[in-house]
Amino acid sequence: MPKDGGIGASTKRREDLRFLTGNGRYTDDLNLRGQLHAYFLRSQVAHGRIDKIDTADAAAMPGVVRIFTAKDFEAVGGIPCGWQVTDKHGQPMQEPKHPVLAEGKVRHVGDPIAVVVAESAEQARDASEAIVVDITELPAAVDMKAALAADAPKVHDDLTSNLCYDWGFVEENKAAVDEAFANAAHVTTLELVNQRLVANPMEPRVAVGDYDPWNDQSTLYTTSQNPHVIRLLMGAFVLGIPEHKLRVVAPDVGGGFGSKIFHYAEEAFCTFAARQLKKPVKWTSSRSEAFLSDAQGRDHVTKMQLALDADNNFTAIRTETYANMGAYLSTFAPSVPTWLHGTLMAGNYKTPLIYVNVKAVFTNTVPVDAYRGAGRPEATYQLERIVDKAARELGVDPIALRRQNFIQPDQFPYATPVAVEYDTGNYDATMDKMLEVADYAGFAARAEESKKRGKLRGFGIAHYIEACGIAPSNLVGQLGARAGLYESATVRVNATGSISVFTGSHSHGQGHETTFAQVVADMIGIDAGQVEINHGDTSNTPMGMGTYGSRSLAVGGSALVKATNKIINKAKKIAAHLLEAAEADIELKDGKFSVAGTDKAVDWAGVTLAAYVPHNYPLESMEPGLEETAFYDPSNFTYPAGAYGCELEVDPETGKVEILAFTAADDFGNVVNPMIVEGQVHGGLAQGIGQALMENCVYDADGQLVSGSFMDYAMPRADDVPNYKVDHSCNTPCTHNPLGVKGCGEAGAIGSPPAVINGVIDALQRGGYSHVTHIDMPASPSRVWAAMNGK
Amino acid sequence: MYNFDFVKPASVADAVAALAGEEAQPLSGGMTLLPSMKQRLNAPATLVSLTGIDALKGVCREGNMLVIGAATPHAVVAKEAAADYPALAALAGQIGDPMVRNRGTIGGSLANNDPSACYPSATLASGATIVTNTREIAADDFFQGMFSTALHEGEIITAVKFPIPEKAAYAKFMQPASRFALTGAFVAKYADGVRVAITGASEGGVFRWSEGEAALSSNFSAEALNGLSASADGMIGDLHGTPDYRAHLVGVMTRRAVAAAH
Repeated sequence: MPKDGGIGASTKRREDLRFLTGNGRYTDDLNLRGQLHAYFLRSQVAHGRIDKIDTADAAAMPGVVRIFTAKDFEAVGGIPCGWQVTDKHGQPMQEPKHPVLAEGKVRHVGDPIAVVVAESAEQARDASEAIVVDITELPAAVDMKAALAADAPKVHDDLTSNLCYDWGFVEENKAAVDEAFANAAHVTTLELVNQRLVANPMEPRVAVGDYDPWNDQSTLYTTSQNPHVIRLLMGAFVLGIPEHKLRVVAPDVGGGFGSKIFHYAEEAFCTFAARQLKKPVKWTSSRSEAFLSDAQGRDHVTKMQLALDADNNFTAIRTETYANMGAYLSTFAPSVPTWLHGTLMAGNYKTPLIYVNVKAVFTNTVPVDAYRGAGRPEATYQLERIVDKAARELGVDPIALRRQNFIQPDQFPYATPVAVEYDTGNYDATMDKMLEVADYAGFAARAEESKKRGKLRGFGIAHYIEACGIAPSNLVGQLGARAGLYESATVRVNATGSISVFTGSHSHGQGHETTFAQVVADMIGIDAGQVEINHGDTSNTPMGMGTYGSRSLAVGGSALVKATNKIINKAKKIAAHLLEAAEADIELKDGKFSVAGTDKAVDWAGVTLAAYVPHNYPLESMEPGLEETAFYDPSNFTYPAGAYGCELEVDPETGKVEILAFTAADDFGNVVNPMIVEGQVHGGLAQGIGQALMENCVYDADGQLVSGSFMDYAMPRADDVPNYKVDHSCNTPCTHNPLGVKGCGEAGAIGSPPAVINGVIDALQRGGYSHVTHIDMPASPSRVWAAMNGK
Repeated sequence: MYNFDFVKPASVADAVAALAGEEAQPLSGGMTLLPSMKQRLNAPATLVSLTGIDALKGVCREGNMLVIGAATPHAVVAKEAAADYPALAALAGQIGDPMVRNRGTIGGSLANNDPSACYPSATLASGATIVTNTREIAADDFFQGMFSTALHEGEIITAVKFPIPEKAAYAKFMQPASRFALTGAFVAKYADGVRVAITGASEGGVFRWSEGEAALSSNFSAEALNGLSASADGMIGDLHGTPDYRAHLVGVMTRRAVAAAH
């Protein structure tokens, strides 16, 4: 059994005490003295030329301090993009300017035109209605393929077209892939849509800018997953404020799911306006505004083909994807359909030849960027759907077809044809475990029982892999990243032995305050209550790239282990001095340093006190104090994988799908806190099931958002999802990070959509609806009914 | 939300007087009105609250009628109508979420006549009478299309009188996001025939499905509806369902209501 509070213990989340009692401190809870309020006047049309903005009447309204338009930002940079993709011809992507406030044109519904800063939020909004904006509406580019037509309206007049890039991966393999298709015994083709989603974290975005003119210090409080990244991007590229004059604080943050990674115009605005007005400026998004201004997710349209030989071995994969960028390039948007998507197209399989083509397209819609999984769900969905479809076409068992093509345990490390090297895995083991936990053997009998009730029962399977723990900085630099992707930690041991940890990672629901403390406490052998985790403030944490991509424990946790090892090494030297023994003879166990083979010992607090009250201390050879910082740059990605099984019923009269059971058997490597891991999987599954059956972000032909509120955007609720069966006993520890961990935050959202859709198709096929080979997500009742009835 | 004046009269007469004011609007539970005001889509100068009028509240049996005060919240109907008119109580218990059920009222729902609301179907299928401060209006005359009713400006619903049926049930297929009725069927069997009212499906708002009523009046069983389907003409088409789908659901939900009726 793991030590209570140590690695492997299901310690309850210490942060929940404040979250569950309403005592969290979120950005909107912050109200600074003299604070002003900003209201963003946003475009109501998707595409238009701004002919005139008249703010005179509005400026005279009660409480109005100042109204800002693009003119005020002429000396300010645009919102930068953090990743440059090179196209298949070796040319850089087209990268339009993303102004803080719209310049000359509006490019999506919600594009900010002007900002009123007033003494109250209501006054700011009142005054915004008195701003006269004359806009000549232009035809909108909404559908991606139509947007690439020669005569399509151009989102950015200074670009040659709406094509951001045309990416081929691996371009050198294309001819070989085409040849493999020409020689294939069987080719399965699938056209599908991975629909656009709205992230909808519970807490909408908030930004508070503050400025201290006496010290020329700017502070931004913001709902961010990565305050250091915001400081770097906003300070260096937008506002020209050096890091030592800019502090970014992300306090308690109520969920992000990717949408709070990116640097947003509202953050730059509040920081800028606070400097101009020398008063704090606050903006709080409404939920309606979030639908129009938070980066959205997914939105791929794909044609995929799988080639098999006469023995049903996969011989090649070929895909063509259109990926929606929206109106501007959000921070990491170009990387999502390319490096986070193409590199996963091998899945768990030995397919030797793969070619992925992605055309990224500008449209008059809200920008699209990473959302839980980011590129990897899109790859997994394509792959796991087409493997199922191929099995049906060939009349073979979809489980057997997967097993036959799985990379085998003795083949690791395994280099895929899409540029990544998997370190470990055992895919048959997770498949076996899932089938066992789900009682797949009993499915046929349950299906019979459903039939008696007039329902169609199906069992859908998916086996996913993801690349997490991003990422080796030198590698991503070659791929176009404009940042490193290391993490950092400072471990400050206090005089009495308690420990203050400062991490560059950020927790917005992941439970770092609990799990990171477990790691340190376990390594030293002290109570986890002795360790406090601090994060989210650039003024006291070392530079870190933030929390996304299931990377915090794999990368941030590794930095923490490195820093803690430095602490232990120094503490052993101090102990050796105190015990008058050789350093090599000092052993640390359960928070006590002892001399091997003797009863001489000094406890943890004795050593830490000596470090800070160095009366008996080797000052001539060692500095006093006990504080260490470490940076960790991973040598590879981590590769969590798992088997998911979804058992469901379709009501043939209404097309409604009910999920009866969902089983997840994941290989996350080693696990620090099983309870938190299970919770992460639950959350991911809910979001994946939401995508598969319910959620859909839809624009009409004019670029108006049709699903602009919870009245039409269907979020999954508790009774829309089943009780989950989650297992993570099959683990092959990561070979290249010190904890052997792989990451668990996105798995559920990656593996579940294909499992659900495969289940729906299975139910319909078993029920005699053999003409239904695919239904696009969300498989809503009306869509399922229409597919069944050929409507 | 724009500024407004708020009055909370204690009598119907005072409420009627207050509603005569410039740009005054009645406020019952506010479950539709308040969100539209927060979005600045509605800007009354004065809100006249009806929920402080005791005479508008409560559920009581009068002979073969169940009389429900217009300002009675759904949660109260769900509880207090359960013995006398269980199908109506069940409908009330499925509206929205606990907050909506404890704030929203039957009078507010009927006066709003949302084409996807639940109460209009029970009211129409029951042949209920809508009582106002000036008159009584038969349900067949009350609902006049999407968000439109026979109410005059300043007229207040005070109560709804439901004839208690021999058997009845409501079957609702929920729109996945809002959980309003994508299509809902209320079936009520009386000595003189069966009435079927459909909500959520038609661009004209709640309507009686006459073919269904005819079939069920001669044979009150789900099988009596086999082969019958409503026309897709005039049905709502949106993100959540095509006109064809809604027309299909009219038959499915009516059959389910008949099967559940007791």
